[in-house]
Amino acid sequence: MSAVEAQTRKKKRDAMLDELSASIPYIRFLDVEFTRMGDELTGRLNYSEKLIGNPMIPALHGGVVSAFLEITAQTQLTWDLIWPKLEAGGEAEAALLRGEFPRTPKTINLTIDYFRSGRPRDAYARAIVQKAGRRVANVRVEAWQDSRDRPIAAAHGNFLMPGEGK
Amino acid sequence: MTRIHEDGYEMKAVPHSSELGMRSHKADPAHAIISVAYQDNLVGNPETGVIHGGVVTTVLDNCCGLAAMTHPDLKGMVATLDLRIDYMRPAKPGMTLWTSCECYRLTRSVAFCRGVAYDEDERDPIATATGAFMITAAKTKFEN
Repeated sequence: MSAVEAQTRKKKRDAMLDELSASIPYIRFLDVEFTRMGDELTGRLNYSEKLIGNPMIPALHGGVVSAFLEITAQTQLTWDLIWPKLEAGGEAEAALLRGEFPRTPKTINLTIDYFRSGRPRDAYARAIVQKAGRRVANVRVEAWQDSRDRPIAAAHGNFLMPGEGK
Repeated sequence: MTRIHEDGYEMKAVPHSSELGMRSHKADPAHAIISVAYQDNLVGNPETGVIHGGVVTTVLDNCCGLAAMTHPDLKGMVATLDLRIDYMRPAKPGMTLWTSCECYRLTRSVAFCRGVAYDEDERDPIATATGAFMITAAKTKFEN
């Protein structure tokens, strides 16, 4: 593959990732975006005043941080389903390019630990899939702001994976 | 049975609660009830129109916190320490989301809360929540 082809492929995949999150109204409402390095995603929660939960501190709403963690976990799981199809190419890849994405994994439960209040600025999150089962996946996800080693919150959850054939 | 104020009150002091259109309804001490009307921009599944789990979590977090805040013995503010959400079923598209939460135990440093999210019937929950909230001194910044 030439350098130009590789670059085109990367752009196509990045555009697909943008489309995946833009297809969900609530992700647009919170203004969460994803960037990727290969198959690893990093979520970015773009700050706006409407995300504030405590105007006195001021701090992000705890629910917004939780939702951001949940979205990051679900998007990573969905991307993990998409990734092998992209690599395989053919009809599976073509369907994805038409915007036919797998269904979002359903959250069974989510436990969130809050370490410090979220400041009025962008936040980032990354998920680690601890166990990717056929039916259930267990995911750990962490959010931070200025410093990666000072997370503002972490969560772990179980997700029901969508069946094959959409 | 708790008395519910039909219309409730807008939660204007909190920007995000206001943005979601949360309304706080008349509740007993240490018990809060919040509603959020269905909105297209809160949808998590565009095919079915079901609202996103993150909205349910946000309202439950807020409602548990409010239950702790209205506890008659609370002196100070509260900050969420942890929250566990179990999702039983999707919310019904087009319906108002309700949450009902109570602070069932208050110690010197921690408020223990639990609650449910539902649309038509509290006994048929969308999700349940259990949370612990740290009690912080009034007007003091949460440790950061």
